[in-house]
Amino acid sequence: MVALAEKARAAVNAVTDPELPPLTIAELGVLRSIEENAAGTITVRITPTYSGCPAMTIIQLEIETALAKVGINDAQIETELAPAWSSADISAEGRAKLAAMGIAPPADAGTPVTCPRCNSQATEELSRFGATACKSLWRCSACLEPFEAFKAL
Amino acid sequence: MSAPPLFRYVLGLADDQLVLGHRLSQWTGSAPTLEEELALANIALDLIGQARGLYQYAGELEGQGRDEDDLAYHRDTRAYLNLTLTEQPNGDFGKTIARQLFYTAMALPFWLAMTASSDARLAAVAAKAVKEARYHLRHATEWTVRLGDGTEESNRRMQAGINDLWEFTGELFEMSSDEAGLVDVGVAVDRSTLKPIWEQSVSQALTEAMLTRPADSWMSEGGRDGLHGEDLGHMLAEMQSLQRMHPGLTW
Repeated sequence: MVALAEKARAAVNAVTDPELPPLTIAELGVLRSIEENAAGTITVRITPTYSGCPAMTIIQLEIETALAKVGINDAQIETELAPAWSSADISAEGRAKLAAMGIAPPADAGTPVTCPRCNSQATEELSRFGATACKSLWRCSACLEPFEAFKAL
Repeated sequence: MSAPPLFRYVLGLADDQLVLGHRLSQWTGSAPTLEEELALANIALDLIGQARGLYQYAGELEGQGRDEDDLAYHRDTRAYLNLTLTEQPNGDFGKTIARQLFYTAMALPFWLAMTASSDARLAAVAAKAVKEARYHLRHATEWTVRLGDGTEESNRRMQAGINDLWEFTGELFEMSSDEAGLVDVGVAVDRSTLKPIWEQSVSQALTEAMLTRPADSWMSEGGRDGLHGEDLGHMLAEMQSLQRMHPGLTW
């Protein structure tokens, strides 16, 4: 018999982001905690990357679905704003997956954005706003390919 | 109008973000370039996201069971408490950028100060908003310079936007007595103290853009008291039409 919290953790940890499907919400830092309450129910806490991130509703639905699949139907899913999400919350695994899907991981302050295709650091920003709130548009001056970069926030 | 001051305060902040966010969303499908289409939609999304957090809190403070949708879709113009700058129609792209510059140059230091609020909910919304506002101000400043220091035509239009909206900038720093009371207990931000920071951001952008700062004259006010221009009514009529026709409808 697997403990309830353990079962919930395994299910929720496998939930992926709807806009970045190779990454789990845990790797993105969107998943904050999974806890078993005294009453024997599960509380999951998530945080949005951006205030208006439209993926939050879907993420919530996917967490509910994942939990229901392992027989947990009365979980509480809460959104917490503080502390505010930061791109530093993306795990090393998450960064590697972003690069593998052609999205430059968030660059630390003072370091250039690296082209996810050829690893050149000769890159230029085309637009600070991309197809989703969390990405900007870039071009590599070495291989000339356009690419998206995860914004440092 | 005897609603508790904190409820009215949070509602006013929510209305600022929603009204400006909705105005920006009206560019979707007609922005000058694809990149700008994405930028304006993203900024709109940030603002509407901030508004949601604030409306949820306002609904809880009121304690009468109104949720974010009730507050956004089922209040009339007179019940909206946004600063009148935010409701000004988009005009051309230059005017929209002028509105962005004026508003965001206030919003960034505002949210920055709000992160120190004694109200944990407001501080949490602020901590997210401040990161977003930084991007918004850079966006507005860059475009102000590009248009002002661009062609004769872009300069003329950018200057016209600046001139048209100047009268709505005084209100950004006007404090009601309710708000002043909340400043005293460490909850609210005294916007009147943000004026010098705003002046600096705006003047710097205008100078670099070869634009002229308009002379101070009569300033519009009254947004926080529910006094608005005709345009807000038109905007709300469109924004609220679905919920007015089918109250409580969900997707």
